[in-house]
Amino acid sequence: MSEAASNQAVVQAQGLDLTFQTNDGPIHALKDVNLTVDKGEFVSFIGPSGCGKTTFLRCIAALETPTGGTLTVNGMTPDEARRNRAYGYVFQAAGLYPWRTIAKNIKLPLEIMGYSAAEQDERVKNVLELVDLEGFGGKFPWQLSGGMQQRASIARALAFDADILLMDEPFGALDEIVRDHLNEQLLALWARTEKTIGFVTHSIPEAVYLSTKIVVMSPRPGRITDVIDSPLPKERPLDIRDTPEFIEVAHRVREGLRAGHTDD
Amino acid sequence: MILVLFAVFLWLFGWWLNSRLASGPQADSRAVRFLAPMIFGLTIIAMWELVVRGLDVPLVILPAPSVIAVRFADSLPILWADFVQTIIKGALSGYLIGCSAAFLMAIAVDRWDFLRLGLLPVGNFVAALPIVGTAPILVMWFGFDWHSKAAVVVVMVFFPMLVNTVAGLREATAMQRDLMETYAATYWQSFLKLRLPAAMPFIFNGLKISTTLALIGAIVAEFFGSPTLGMGFRISTSVGQLSLDMVWAEIVVAALAGTAFYGLVAMIEKAVTFWHPSQRG
Amino acid sequence: MTSAGIRAVWAVLTVVGVIILFWYAASVPMNIKGVLTEFERAGEQVDPPKAVDRRDMSEFELVFDNPYAIDETWDQDRPRLPAPHQVAEELWETTVEKKITSKRSLIYHAWVTLSATMLGFAIGTGLGILLAVGIVHSRVMDLSVMPWAIVSQTIPIIALAPMIIVVLYSIGIQGIIPKAIISAYLSFFPVVVGMVKGLRSPDAMQLDLLRTYNASRSQGFWKLRLPASMPYLFTSLKIGIAASLVGAIVGELPTGAVAGLGARLLAGSYYGQTVQIWSALFAAAILAACLVGLLGVLERLVLKRMGMSQ
Repeated sequence: MSEAASNQAVVQAQGLDLTFQTNDGPIHALKDVNLTVDKGEFVSFIGPSGCGKTTFLRCIAALETPTGGTLTVNGMTPDEARRNRAYGYVFQAAGLYPWRTIAKNIKLPLEIMGYSAAEQDERVKNVLELVDLEGFGGKFPWQLSGGMQQRASIARALAFDADILLMDEPFGALDEIVRDHLNEQLLALWARTEKTIGFVTHSIPEAVYLSTKIVVMSPRPGRITDVIDSPLPKERPLDIRDTPEFIEVAHRVREGLRAGHTDD
Repeated sequence: MILVLFAVFLWLFGWWLNSRLASGPQADSRAVRFLAPMIFGLTIIAMWELVVRGLDVPLVILPAPSVIAVRFADSLPILWADFVQTIIKGALSGYLIGCSAAFLMAIAVDRWDFLRLGLLPVGNFVAALPIVGTAPILVMWFGFDWHSKAAVVVVMVFFPMLVNTVAGLREATAMQRDLMETYAATYWQSFLKLRLPAAMPFIFNGLKISTTLALIGAIVAEFFGSPTLGMGFRISTSVGQLSLDMVWAEIVVAALAGTAFYGLVAMIEKAVTFWHPSQRG
Repeated sequence: MTSAGIRAVWAVLTVVGVIILFWYAASVPMNIKGVLTEFERAGEQVDPPKAVDRRDMSEFELVFDNPYAIDETWDQDRPRLPAPHQVAEELWETTVEKKITSKRSLIYHAWVTLSATMLGFAIGTGLGILLAVGIVHSRVMDLSVMPWAIVSQTIPIIALAPMIIVVLYSIGIQGIIPKAIISAYLSFFPVVVGMVKGLRSPDAMQLDLLRTYNASRSQGFWKLRLPASMPYLFTSLKIGIAASLVGAIVGELPTGAVAGLGARLLAGSYYGQTVQIWSALFAAAILAACLVGLLGVLERLVLKRMGMSQ
């Protein structure tokens, strides 16, 4: 534990608690969450809805404020990290602005952060290449397919080159074939950029296929029930999903989910 | 009587023509969509002419379209002067002042929640009131000239514009706001880059509603007092002198001005909100 | 009541309170010149003493120089801007303290305007709904009439009002009918446009479902299109009734009518009776608010019964 808490740690949560006050009484969204994410890891958060996986990601992004415990991002508070533009965030929906072209959408964070025009063009070109969208910069979002829109939104999150990429069920609304393809691309991108990725999903194969670490969570109250370090190699072709190792990890995740479920 | 019969025949012919167009293979084409209302409108005008002539309807009740057209052509200088007085000076200046004031107010309302809670119900309430009724008061305050008309227009367009703009500024989704938050964007950055563009369809809705209100305000305010100039003045005095052809000529001007004004705003809307689903069609 | 509800009520009351305060404050400079002229006539000391000198001075300076006159600015006979309590008093006197049959009763005048509004509104919405049904079911009507109904929304058709009154007067029709006609055509077009939108609101899937049942056109109308159009209908009814009221008021202007809220407005502006104008204006506002509010209640009841609202 002390080894993991070295300066390699990107995200560190200790005894994290978050309670929402609602009209129907308090909701315990996160309870005693302890987790360390190291630099360069690909961490998936998996669990049924209401287990707090998205809430935890939003806490890291300083979009929610924990009510107890400590949380640091890059050694700072989440809010300081946000102000330092430490992470790119990809939402469930692409959320591209319909009045901007794809290139202009990717420029949006760059404009806000005050990059020069030449630098903006350069970066747009690079990230469009990274997500395989060369030549689509001049199109409007509504002229592209759902998968392409989501790739553009990943490009937007990559544009300002933050070390951390937070993704909240980014492929949840896409069909299986597109999703496989994007998963493959995401792994390649991760290998090239060496970013730390936090990835929320409710698909077991997706979590196992992508991650170096799988965090299994369960609801009421939202908590971590299992943390699995994946034995799979870094190089992962799609058919790795048929190997016994893969199936074994998937089995363990399923067990963890089931254990969390019998509690209520 | 023959003319009246002819009018009936013309009506049947026009309807038959449009039925053929509507059930024909080109029914959804642009040409038919333009042609059918034109045929309908022209049929009505032709029938109007024929019936007025056929039944010898006196001029003081309903002048024939041809008489109105002649009057229109003969009075172009007067109509133009009235147009400038009422539409350009009264309606347009009031429209610009009222809409920009409402826009600025909307930004304040959007920024401070307390204002939104307090002012928006009041605004919604006022937007449904017969505001033209303030005309006699404003004429008393600002005099007979166009200033008082502009003031009436300001009051009339303010609340519909305010309510629409505030609704628009709240249109950006929670996710889009969160995105701005992750960039640590400032209030004005997120206003200019997200909320304002997202509000445009609503803002233009307010601007379009306001065009008609502006004309109504400017014309009706003149019924409560005006210099010897202006469309409302001309309508009320010509009605008094029973020269209805002049009244109709002014109404033609009002109709043309109304559609042109609205059309202009709609054109700008199309250019600005090209991305909105309603405009992509 | 929830705490959010209390906060909202509090916010509205604050805004209304600020408006009333501002109104009182504005009455002072608005009326100061008139008050000082009255004082001068009564032989009292004013600063500066001559009306000529005061004419070009700023109102605020005059208030500052003659602070004792402030009280009087809220209590004039014919102020440029009557204070809120003056309007309230006038409203009280002309409604509660006058017999309804009296020519000075505001209730009498409101009733004259209201009856024309309601008659016109009933005719206008009735015809509007009929035309909307026709447009939705007939391709010819849709193509030829609908564009004109839309264009009519961009034209100040209220400009026709004086002519309608006078022409009908010249052929011997007067009283409620001409005003009702104006009210009718003003509410007609919004209802047509809104109702067409509503009758067309069911989506392709819902229409296809009825097709799988082999439902007839009239079944489709009664069971799907008409219920689906209700929210749209009520929205346009609210716009329509406000327009009807404006129509009835404007319809009272050109003949110098003796009764009705519009006549009160006009008479008030002829004789400089500002308190009368303001109270007529408030009566019109209250009337409009009641009518729109009533439709709102009706809307909620109907939609609730139909299970369309939460």
